Amino acid sequence: MSKTLVPAGTLYRGREGQWSWVAHRITGVVIFFFLLVHVLDTSLVRVSPEAYDAVIASYKNPIMGLGELGLVAAIVFHAFNGIRVILVDFWKKGPRYHRQMLWSVVGLWAVVMIAFSIRHLMHVFGG
Amino acid sequence: MEKEPASKVELAPGVGGGGEIPTFDITLKVRRYNPEISDEAHWDEWKLTMYGTDRVLDALHRVKWEHDGSVSFRRSCAHGVCGSDAMRINGRNRLACKTLLKDLDTSKPILVEPIKGLPVEKDLIVDMEPFFQSYREIMPFLVSKGHSPTKERLQSSEERERYDDTTKCILCAACTSSCPVFWTDGQYFGPAAIVNAHRFIFDSRDDAGDMRLEILNDKEGVWRCRTTFNCTEACPRGIQVTKAISEVKQAILTRKV
Repeated sequence: MSKTLVPAGTLYRGREGQWSWVAHRITGVVIFFFLLVHVLDTSLVRVSPEAYDAVIASYKNPIMGLGELGLVAAIVFHAFNGIRVILVDFWKKGPRYHRQMLWSVVGLWAVVMIAFSIRHLMHVFGG
Repeated sequence: MEKEPASKVELAPGVGGGGEIPTFDITLKVRRYNPEISDEAHWDEWKLTMYGTDRVLDALHRVKWEHDGSVSFRRSCAHGVCGSDAMRINGRNRLACKTLLKDLDTSKPILVEPIKGLPVEKDLIVDMEPFFQSYREIMPFLVSKGHSPTKERLQSSEERERYDDTTKCILCAACTSSCPVFWTDGQYFGPAAIVNAHRFIFDSRDDAGDMRLEILNDKEGVWRCRTTFNCTEACPRGIQVTKAISEVKQAILTRKV
């Protein structure tokens, strides 16, 4: 017999449902912080249009460009997974097909993101 | 009087048992906690030689009976009926008496911890009182208006079918203690209480469905469910827990049972 203190306890090994919920939470928080900043910068236009233009212009750099890519990735996942969550609750067969619906969400997300990334990165880095 | 044979079925020699059951070595790690000795939990580890027919519960018995009698856990029937020995085995809620060692990865240590979200009392024993408190609140008994009939309360097989799945619950708490919402918000009724409410809400002989729906329409009721499906995966009876919770959600919205 030997005695050890680590690990402090294991992480619960939930499956697709648990991890989709974690991803939904994280993307939700990310979107919330974006909206907070977004409301502030948009409301600047009522203070002074010049200040608004200056702030928006400062977003036009590669780091913000990549940030926008991440933001769209978060929103697209949150939107599609949100529909999945609604279907789980309101569609009779939702709970049975929740896993297949998650893979559909991931598939749709990948398709949208590939298309968007090409167009968006051309804008950001193509000048 | 003629003597009864030892077995009424004649078996050919070498058939029907007596064969060697394969053995293998395992490392069992148990999360220990004893508030009388230390406030901190730790892991104890044993190397055991077990049989192919053994379950995690047999390994715990081996430790308790032959190595360290102070290891504490609950178990009663040991056959998946009483629901006493729910614990976290390799990070997932399982009944120790229904988990065969051979089905786990025996090349790595097997980790056994108490179920999450309920206060640990000692080793694998948790305080189940908050769990049973929620269970009692949903009135898990038949409520009927008016006089009792002198004959049976009749029910069609279709009516019986509606809540068949949720009658299987053994109150082991594997579902409730697998729920991320329950871990952080102990006030949440939890899957098991909702499953047992479902069992009566959708019973055509019961008259208190509306009362139970009102109880579960609470802030800490069904709306806390985030459909992570951990409960459905954890249920040792295979109850479609998340589906049952969804049905209760819809019954609250439409007020139709």
